[in-house]
Amino acid sequence: MSIEVRHAWKRFGTFTALAGVNLSVPSGRLTALLGPSGSGKTTLLRIIAGLESPDATPDPESGKVLFHGEDVSNVPAGRRGVGFVFQHYALFRHLTVFDNIAFGLSVRSRRDRPSAKQIAERVNELLDLIQLAGLGGRYPDQLSGGQRQRVALARALAVQPRVLLLDEPFGALDARVRKDLRRWLRSLHEKLHVTTVFVTHDQEEALELADEVVVMNQAKVEQVGPPQEVYDRPASPFVIEFLGNVNRLERGRVANKSVLYVRPHDIDIRRAFAGEHAVPARVLHVFSAGNTGRVSLTRSDTGDTIEAEVPRQQLRELNLQDGDRVNLVFRHVRLFPVEGFREEDLPSEPSASRDAGSGI
Amino acid sequence: MRTPHPESPPPLRTRRHRVLPGFGLTLGTTLLFLSLIVLLPLSAAFIRTAGLTWDEFWAQVTSPRVLASYRLTFGAALAAAAANAFFGVIVAWVLVRYEFPGRKIVDALVDLPFALPTAVAGIALTALYAPTGWIGRALDPLGVKVAYTPLGIWVALTFIGLPFIVRTVQPVLEELEPELEEAAATLGATRLQTLARVVLPALLPATCTGFTLALARGIGEYGSVVFISGNMPLRTEITPLLIVTKLEQYDYAGATALAVVMLVVSFTLLFGVQVLQRWFFSPERHGR
Repeated sequence: MSIEVRHAWKRFGTFTALAGVNLSVPSGRLTALLGPSGSGKTTLLRIIAGLESPDATPDPESGKVLFHGEDVSNVPAGRRGVGFVFQHYALFRHLTVFDNIAFGLSVRSRRDRPSAKQIAERVNELLDLIQLAGLGGRYPDQLSGGQRQRVALARALAVQPRVLLLDEPFGALDARVRKDLRRWLRSLHEKLHVTTVFVTHDQEEALELADEVVVMNQAKVEQVGPPQEVYDRPASPFVIEFLGNVNRLERGRVANKSVLYVRPHDIDIRRAFAGEHAVPARVLHVFSAGNTGRVSLTRSDTGDTIEAEVPRQQLRELNLQDGDRVNLVFRHVRLFPVEGFREEDLPSEPSASRDAGSGI
Repeated sequence: MRTPHPESPPPLRTRRHRVLPGFGLTLGTTLLFLSLIVLLPLSAAFIRTAGLTWDEFWAQVTSPRVLASYRLTFGAALAAAAANAFFGVIVAWVLVRYEFPGRKIVDALVDLPFALPTAVAGIALTALYAPTGWIGRALDPLGVKVAYTPLGIWVALTFIGLPFIVRTVQPVLEELEPELEEAAATLGATRLQTLARVVLPALLPATCTGFTLALARGIGEYGSVVFISGNMPLRTEITPLLIVTKLEQYDYAGATALAVVMLVVSFTLLFGVQVLQRWFFSPERHGR
């Protein structure tokens, strides 16, 4: 089931959450809406779900939501066939895990409602799927965060949604559970192939999990593409800065200024003279974890701080000491002219545990 | 498939280290305070009653006039608490969920029955509902009499009990995430189903607590009722009034005998509601 959103606008008071956003999600894929808080990603997800309605504009096509080509703009959330998973689970605390999962089936009108036996079968199937078989009698308060999120997922899947929407599904979990749950969700997606859209502000999560990444910033879509493409060929300074670590260096004279971006792993450190394009620098600090060593350096000419990542083996050969003078060679850089360059405010900690504004 | 990292729920019981010590001190203070303020006066009532023989006591507390007053007192208090449970939840809902001009004023108005001397409430209600009052005059042609009937007592007790429900439900409602309603909506529940199966069950424990408080207040209420009830024996006479009447006639033993009955019934009622609530709302829930 493909999803299309046409030219959606949404304002909350003076704040613009979406400024004419177009979105097209291919069927059966896992798509990430990635962006800092306040970029409009959650609002977009809620519009797809029917929990929020886009602002009316003179253009009749504006704000339309289509599922598989069919206009669902005026269909209420309950009849769109979406499964929605909330960041803070939103489980019904007075109901057992079993009854939570059965909720969507049990509220159906008598005509469409499966028998109690069929409901029980379906719920038990889902309990197996989320690896919580035997815990159906527990209450949400008796589960851990990761378990609750899986119950919320099962509850959304119980009604066999055409589209699965997840709002910061791992946002409230600690790092380890988060990683495990991420892999588990990926394998679940391989099994079910439900068109899935999830919102996240964690670039690592988006790149690792999704088939396609939609990078959003300030109420607009910055770039759409497979993770590898978005990472390797960022379309704007915002995207390059938001996806992974990068060194931002200014270059050129005042008249013809440009900004140069280089990823830490694209930097070679040489002891010897390495051509006139090499940048002289001084080592500030060396730290190695796992297979890569991280080196902080100061550029001798401008005083900019540069982060470099080199294989541990090479680091050993170089035998760097704090204060050593070295030459840097950039293997791959991206240049953006300052002319027309939009300075973006990056959140200081993109992976802050709780996305306060939740994208509004 | 990879198994998610095994997580276990928090252990059911742990011995917790408390930052502030002093269980002995606080419990001691509690017991002393409760004894002086609550238990001692109450036991005085029991001791006074001991002046009566069992037969005398029984005759005192089961005379037709007294039995009628029990029915009225407990009946009207129950009816008033029930009405408040319904309307109080709506008031709380409106106050929490909507922004409207004058919301703060309405919010403050809710507390007024707490602050107003009950006699003032009684006089005001009587003035309104008497056959010559504003509302009484309108209701009279319809054959509805409020003042000087059990209906009037119900009105007074409802007035007195309202804040109890609103103030217990309000904080719970504030904590109730709108996401719960949205979750129900995306799962296909109708508005009515969302209300009946998601919102109301979440509010039920607090409503029950408020109901109990309003009920307790209604049973003991005296000031506002005596003005509007008319105090006709067998018809609109409440038990607290009977007690005062007996006191005025220097029948201390008789008065305390009634007091003892009210005490025992009220305590049983409150205790019963509490036990019921515990049993009903927390079947093996340790998490909270």
